[in-house]
Amino acid sequence: MPQELDPSAPHVSKAPSTSFRPSRRTFIKVGVAAGAALLLIRWWDQKRAPSGPSMRSGLSPGARAVFAAVIPVMLDGALPRGDAAAPVETLHAIEEAIAGLPPAARDELEELCSLLDFAPARCLLAGVWSPWSQASAEAVAAFLGRWRESRFALLRSGYGALHQLVLGAWYAQPRAWPAIGYAGPPSLGAA
Amino acid sequence: MTPDSPSPGDPFRAGVENGWKVIDASALREDRTIDAEIAIVGTGAGGGIAAEILAGAGLSVVMIEEGPLATSSDFHMREAEAYPQLYQESAARKTKDRAINILQGRCVGGGTTVNWTSSFRTPAATLAHWAREYGLAGFGERDLAPWFDRMERRLAIAAWTVAPNENNAALRRGGEALGIRVDAIRRNVRDCWNLGYCGMGCPTNAKQSMLATTIPAALEHGATLLTRTRALSLRHVDGRATALDCAGLDARGTDPTSRRITVRAKTFIAAGGAIGTPALLLRSKLPDPHAVVGKRTFLHPTVVSAALMPEKVDGFAGAPQSIYSDHFLASDVSGPMGYKLEVPPVHPVLAAITLPGDGDAHARSMRELAHMQVTIALMRDGFHHESAGGTVGLRADGTPVLDYPLTDYFWDGARRALLTMAEIQFAAGAKTVMPVHASGPRYGSWAEARKGIAALALAPLLAPVFSAHVMGGCPIGADAERSAVDSTGRHRQLENLYVFDGSLFPTSIGANPQLSIYAIVAKLASGLAAALRA
Repeated sequence: MPQELDPSAPHVSKAPSTSFRPSRRTFIKVGVAAGAALLLIRWWDQKRAPSGPSMRSGLSPGARAVFAAVIPVMLDGALPRGDAAAPVETLHAIEEAIAGLPPAARDELEELCSLLDFAPARCLLAGVWSPWSQASAEAVAAFLGRWRESRFALLRSGYGALHQLVLGAWYAQPRAWPAIGYAGPPSLGAA
Repeated sequence: MTPDSPSPGDPFRAGVENGWKVIDASALREDRTIDAEIAIVGTGAGGGIAAEILAGAGLSVVMIEEGPLATSSDFHMREAEAYPQLYQESAARKTKDRAINILQGRCVGGGTTVNWTSSFRTPAATLAHWAREYGLAGFGERDLAPWFDRMERRLAIAAWTVAPNENNAALRRGGEALGIRVDAIRRNVRDCWNLGYCGMGCPTNAKQSMLATTIPAALEHGATLLTRTRALSLRHVDGRATALDCAGLDARGTDPTSRRITVRAKTFIAAGGAIGTPALLLRSKLPDPHAVVGKRTFLHPTVVSAALMPEKVDGFAGAPQSIYSDHFLASDVSGPMGYKLEVPPVHPVLAAITLPGDGDAHARSMRELAHMQVTIALMRDGFHHESAGGTVGLRADGTPVLDYPLTDYFWDGARRALLTMAEIQFAAGAKTVMPVHASGPRYGSWAEARKGIAALALAPLLAPVFSAHVMGGCPIGADAERSAVDSTGRHRQLENLYVFDGSLFPTSIGANPQLSIYAIVAKLASGLAAALRA
């Protein structure tokens, strides 16, 4: 299953066809795939009961690491160079945006972040082989590209969630507007 | 008026200060029980019109709104504030597979507070289809004409005589160059400042939304308005609804609190929109012997084409919608999917989440924002056996989710619409056309676009689909097996429950639905008022 998701993933070999006895390695892979699939199914299944307080008072450290890695790559060419505050402010804006969503939507995003932060899923589904805090921009960009046009609608929807949150959070900020020729809302005159 | 005029006042806030009965359930310290003759769930196009008519008839009315009360002085024309405050799920509501993003109001005034003011009478072809296919009597063009007249007068719906902004003008120019008929859109505004921020709440009260018109009128008649109050379910005994159980929401409006509000009334009106109303009926476990509630929900699923113009477009400024084309809506509704062409406002966040890709490619598109012309095609759904719409279901916490499969019939129409829009945009002078698609295509000529769009892989979450019009799910009709309510809007199983909103429609409208809701609800609510006074 993971091979299908990403045929180019280096650590995933084709299922061994020459042996009838499952090797320890195969067994581990099946376990990992099942774990990833379980998380994926939970991300997909929207009829679960929302747990309530998730993501209401901020992102988990794992979710924050995912966004911290994705923000500079998704906003490459948009974030002003040398402006260290811009990605930080964008992360805050994402956190704020998620907190404003209803419980069911917050839960879905938490599932997505848990999935991406689950090392086997990060490797096999996202193709990012180092922890998010150490992932190279190239690896993150490759992940985004792979999910953007994946043949699996589920992965495309995961990309869609990141796209909407990150790009929406950046362009909602006045600091993003000079570069795009938007002067901000007009004045209504003296109050 | 011009933008140099002094800031207008906030009549709604003044009314509250002068004693209108408005209760914010997020601030309640104890549970409440409220009695009224009429309880109306929802304050959008349907609930607002019903409230004015019924309160005006001398009946005691309580309005129950899930969203907050935000008024003109709260409307700062900022997407970062407006979307979380005024829209369902911060304007990011999705269908079950996340392939369609639904823009739906959730505030006092509902969709009318945030819509783009486009006002169309229900197309004759749609009404004829309802009469023919659903046996609906009394809703023909001539039957509804007096109701349209009345609503147009009430809400100042008239021709918009100001020159269209360049985003709209390009649709007209391209259409005319190709011999495609385009027309001007009528709008529900008085003394409009032509700012372009209708979607974030009108800061000048020019838009004749329910927030600016009928809800103040109902409150002036003594009605009560509950805000941040979620209608959970109707209690019912022996074919009559007896009480509505509601939960308060927290100050942010996202999570229910433990505060309970019970509304006891003689008559209940469901007007929570075409996702909220079926969800309320489903949560209440009302009898539904033919399983029609929450089925056949329609969206006008919408695809998008962006274009780069040599001159500035500034699509974020000026009345967002003033030109349209119905050239591709055949009067024979039963054929391949037809579509209405319009343009959207082009604000930074809306553009950013719509334009495909990320990194440099996305940043480049965004830097071209001021030169970007955007056209949208609203697909007319619900008229063909391969266009059965979606189904409203409930999550474990009782909140609704819409499952809307995008069929081959839809994608065939979407591809034709993307072709049409590209051709019009090039005819209007575009240098580049970018159908909105995950692969990020950019075409430099109509010939290139025609070839490219024909080969595009169209599938959910590859070609983004939007909706701003949710309709159907509690259809009105003559046939008890295919309708949730009879031709007076009365629920077929509960004698004192009425549905007065866009969920009444047996199909989509084929035009922006606000005026259809106003006129049909005005007719039904007037009938109810007369029946209750008799």
